[in-house]
Amino acid sequence: MCVHRAPRAMVRSWDPVGSCLVSTRTEHGSRHGRDVVCAVRGLTKTYPAVRARRGVPATPEVRANDQVGLQVRRGEIFGLLGPNGAGKSTLVRQLTGLMRPDDGTVEILGHDIVRHPERAARILAYLGQESTALDDLTVSLAAETTGRLRGLDVRQARDERDAVLEELGLTDLAPRPIRKLSGGQRRLACFAAALVGERPLLVLDEPTTGMDPVARRAVWAAVDRRRAERGTTVLLVTHNVIEAETVLDRVAVLDKGRVIACDTPAGLKEKVAGEVRVDLVWRERAPLDVPEVAALRSRAVESGRRWTLRLAPEEARAVVATVTGGAAFVALDDFTLATPSLEDVYLALGGNGQGLVKA
Amino acid sequence: MSVVPAEVLPGGALAVEERAEEAPAALGPRARLWPSLAAVYRAQLSRARVARIPLLFVATFQSIGIMILMRGVVDGGAAARAVVAGSSVLVVAFVALNLLAQYFGQLRASGGLDHYATLPVPPAAVVLGAAGAYASFTVPGTVVVAVFGCVLFGLPLAHLWVLVAVIPLAGAALAGLGAALGLLAPRPELATLLGQLGMSAALLLGVLPEDRMPGVVQFARDLLPSTYGVEAFARTFGGDPDWAVVLGDLAVCAGVGVASLAVATWAYRRAAVR
Repeated sequence: MCVHRAPRAMVRSWDPVGSCLVSTRTEHGSRHGRDVVCAVRGLTKTYPAVRARRGVPATPEVRANDQVGLQVRRGEIFGLLGPNGAGKSTLVRQLTGLMRPDDGTVEILGHDIVRHPERAARILAYLGQESTALDDLTVSLAAETTGRLRGLDVRQARDERDAVLEELGLTDLAPRPIRKLSGGQRRLACFAAALVGERPLLVLDEPTTGMDPVARRAVWAAVDRRRAERGTTVLLVTHNVIEAETVLDRVAVLDKGRVIACDTPAGLKEKVAGEVRVDLVWRERAPLDVPEVAALRSRAVESGRRWTLRLAPEEARAVVATVTGGAAFVALDDFTLATPSLEDVYLALGGNGQGLVKA
Repeated sequence: MSVVPAEVLPGGALAVEERAEEAPAALGPRARLWPSLAAVYRAQLSRARVARIPLLFVATFQSIGIMILMRGVVDGGAAARAVVAGSSVLVVAFVALNLLAQYFGQLRASGGLDHYATLPVPPAAVVLGAAGAYASFTVPGTVVVAVFGCVLFGLPLAHLWVLVAVIPLAGAALAGLGAALGLLAPRPELATLLGQLGMSAALLLGVLPEDRMPGVVQFARDLLPSTYGVEAFARTFGGDPDWAVVLGDLAVCAGVGVASLAVATWAYRRAAVR
């Protein structure tokens, strides 16, 4: 794939956090009244240092969230993207009332969640990464019990359970204990439980981990249906850049506890639109005796036989011309030229890129 | 993939003040105490059925084994009553105290409490539902051990109906203690350890006849809530039980049950929001 695109006239000023804070009215919002579902300002959380114990090394103080500001608008799928340890889960735990921030405010649909954390449970449904509370239950009982604990009566809980299991294609698995299912099926069953007992905001922490494409499609179809019919808002935590590009309306990129950028995936990619990614895979080793190749080395990110370069389009063309001719071509196994992905954005913004998943 | 457009249109910045004036959105319903307690109870009972049956057999055979061992040492009278009552209540201690402490310890350590903490359910419903399910799960084992013990030691079966009060009250006291230990222990291994120690204490101090113990151990025995369940049950094997004392013992169990479940509920709240 080789795409050459001139940089747009002006993308937006280089103001990573500011673009999040200035809310723009969407068509969705004006139709439904309240525009901002979840507003976060100056959220800061620091984990205290832990002294070493036998077998457990000491950990220094960690600032997991540092002045995080976001606005999630009604009816959008808003993503939190970042590698493990970027502070995504800490942020989500504060939004769901599971953890008190050291500083800052969280307002969901007009409710102050820092002051009234117990209200979060009545506004949002949360799908965490752990399923231990549901593991020994059958799929059917997990969904029904969760619905009842969301305040539904027995009949409502059963009706909704049946509808959601049918919608997600889980009816055949209904009588089986969640523990006995495969990882992706287990995740889907927990997602089903999260959907029973409607909530205007869904907070999903890596919902599709381990799922096959059919299950993933079922998840996003169910999310889209709720969005179209009820204006449901989704806050999605992910470290999967491909999923982020395909499903998200807007994304906040987190690195070391800070929001380093926040925009639509396309808007973020425009920030690095002037660059093209060139991947070169050498047969055995790079032909460093070719001067042009040796000169590139300092700019390449090497991983085994693979070199990854981020270059201006003209430079990229020159590099391709070099490596597809002469001595370098003999040593070349494969090469690709691609427009930037969210991963490139992440790297360009200064993230370390380790731990992002491309699948 | 996503098909509903929610495109962001630039322009038209929305002032923060404009938003602040909007009334907060209506909250979803709160789950009421009894219905949610019933839902947790039912779910926990089904869990226990799937995952805990082998352990229930262990609990039952452990008690039966102890009685058979003690049969060689004790020939009847007060000691025999103590052995049968102690072994029966030991089943309750094994499941309600030991297993529940482990369950809550693991749930807390693995982040499983988040599931309940993000549902609008009263903390008491989660703790009482789980404790109730674990206590009910001890019923078959306790009854089997009591009947077997009565036959083995030639004790009358006439007053075994008192188990109807002994199991729930001793169950409440021990399950409350188990839940509190599980939720307060900083690490799951510690919760398991405390649960095991509690069960060992119930075993040693409940099964062995009281009059052969040194003073300090007798004092420890008086501190253990299961002791009062054991004593209440043991008294009913006599020809003409003193029901007032039995009631007194059961009241202690009930009191400890209420207190420990309250502590467990507080511990749950504390563990759920960190």
